[in-house]
Amino acid sequence: MSKSAIQIETRGLNVSFHNSPVLKDINIEIPAKQLTAIIGPSGCGKTTLLKSFNRLLEIQEDVKISGEIIVDGKDIMTSGLNVPDIRKKMGLISQKPYPLPMSIFENVAYGLRIHHGKNPKKVEEGVHHCLQEVGLWNEVKDRLHDPASRLSVGQQQRLCLARAIAVKPEVILCDEPTSALDPIAAQQIERLLLKLKKDFTVILVTHTLRQAKRVADYVIFLYFGMVVEHGLADQVFNDPKSPEMKAYLSGEIS
Amino acid sequence: MHINKASAVVKKKSFLSALLILILSILSLFVLKDIALALILLFVAVALIAVNFLIISRRLFDVLGTRFMLIVVLFVLALFFLLIIVLLNGSGILLEHQSIGDLLFSSAWKPFSNHFGLFAVIIDTLIVTAISMVIAVPISLLTAVYITEYAPTRLRNMIRPFIDVLAGVPSVVFGLCALLVFIPVVRDYIAPFFGVVTSSGFCLFTASLILSIMVFPIIISLCVESFSSIPLALKEASLSVGATKWETVKKVIFRASGPGVLSAIFLGFGRAFGETIAVSMVIGNQELIPRTLFGSGQTLASLIANNYTEVASIPLLASALIFVALILFVVVLIFNICGFLVLRRASKRWKY
Ligand SMILES: Nc1ncnc2c1ncn2[C@@H]1O[C@H](COP(=O)(O)OP(=O)(O)OP(=O)(O)O)[C@@H](O)[C@H]1O
Ligand SMILES: [Mg+2]
Repeated sequence: MSKSAIQIETRGLNVSFHNSPVLKDINIEIPAKQLTAIIGPSGCGKTTLLKSFNRLLEIQEDVKISGEIIVDGKDIMTSGLNVPDIRKKMGLISQKPYPLPMSIFENVAYGLRIHHGKNPKKVEEGVHHCLQEVGLWNEVKDRLHDPASRLSVGQQQRLCLARAIAVKPEVILCDEPTSALDPIAAQQIERLLLKLKKDFTVILVTHTLRQAKRVADYVIFLYFGMVVEHGLADQVFNDPKSPEMKAYLSGEIS
Repeated sequence: MHINKASAVVKKKSFLSALLILILSILSLFVLKDIALALILLFVAVALIAVNFLIISRRLFDVLGTRFMLIVVLFVLALFFLLIIVLLNGSGILLEHQSIGDLLFSSAWKPFSNHFGLFAVIIDTLIVTAISMVIAVPISLLTAVYITEYAPTRLRNMIRPFIDVLAGVPSVVFGLCALLVFIPVVRDYIAPFFGVVTSSGFCLFTASLILSIMVFPIIISLCVESFSSIPLALKEASLSVGATKWETVKKVIFRASGPGVLSAIFLGFGRAFGETIAVSMVIGNQELIPRTLFGSGQTLASLIANNYTEVASIPLLASALIFVALILFVVVLIFNICGFLVLRRASKRWKY
């Protein structure tokens, strides 16, 4: 892989909660403008890894993080950086959608106003564009000012996606975005992610192996806080090297 | 269904066998004259019955419980209406003597000539409550935000118990401290600073100050509770579009915990509005509208506290004080109803 195509690189990343290590010596490279799936059994540290990319771990209590996370050639763990700027580059979609406690319109406008000015016309255009992008515009165009909590869960998840892309991030971090959704809504999200990877680097934590197989270009397999195997999806799925990966693929561990 | 029936049958059987064993035990006592055997049998019988009774009594408590709760609820409701009736009835005597309009809009409080005007007291009450809330609300909200969002964990865990204790300190303690500390400070420094040199320190401002201090711990404690019940993921959602902590607090946390914050404010208002002893210790107790905040006044609650000893000697005073109590009651009632309506609307609209 050529250097220019790497979006995120970690070097010796260690994370511990309350002095018990959760991520151990993570060294990975995540390719730009591709869909990278992070897979692994429950509790292996997938969410933790994902949140370390946009420095969201540090708002929790008693977390220790060491190592380097290099984004655009710069280590984002350096102290003194403007953290909101780092986070702006990485949208986050969580397991269960959390619309902000405001209207549908305001949810998308929220980030726009913070980063791209308050010009009402531009904000409106931006909201329109993002809602269109996630295929929500036609469903909500008549009730833009309703509370976002009135949407269905699937719609809420797409709204969260719209909110994330509104600030023009480089990366979209998705933490099992479809696990709370019905199959049809899940499929919509999946297709959206595939579409979005043209413009964004997508990192997808997923519990379902089948989903990873369907969408991933690149795969990282975590096992008890360590990266046991990572590489191109084809190679990892069809020719796994480690016994753990083989066991996981055959369903022996899950 | 089957299981229920079966268990009923088992119960009946074990009950019968308990009876049988009891009879056997009595027989063994009187016929066999064997006390040891009789005691053992008796013990077994009692144990069986006890077990049975326990099984029954599990339901028994539920049945009794629901009835009992109903009685308690009815009792509370009855108390509420009883209070209204007593207050209405008690103020009736005064209302025959003086019109409501005169009571509410005349400023002259002259119990010795049987004229009771509450206007000044009402205005003083409004001023004192408003100022104390204006001081208390923003500061307590910011403190609560600091405690939940900015303070290091260690500090947060240390502060919270202190605040809870403060919320429970009897108001007379606050009153006494205000008497010893605030009165001289207001008299010697604050009032002169605002150009009032004649203030005794016993004034509306001191009363507002002590009220706001008494309200702090209530609002802070409730707000901290509602801020910290916001899911982490909601904060993460805001932070991850690149919002700063403060933007998140302002736009997301305040809104998401809006209902909780509102009810904290309502509760604080109730306390400030009805607080009696601490206010009567520092407000100067004069039924007039002072020209500045550094003049003496009287609130509705402190009026009652300062006059109830004279009830026996002035015929209509008792009725007048009950009327004041009625006003306090009605205002708190209206405020609570409004609070409830606002809360319901807010929590419907901004649930997350
Ligand atoms: N805030 C926290 N405090 C303490 N321990 C934590 C915290 N967050 C995560 N952990 C621990 O870190 C480990 C990894 O958690 P993480 O949420 O990253 O796993 P995961 O792979 O995302 O699991 P899942 O598939 O169930 O979502 C778990 O053992 C968890 O108990
Ligand atoms: Mg997870």
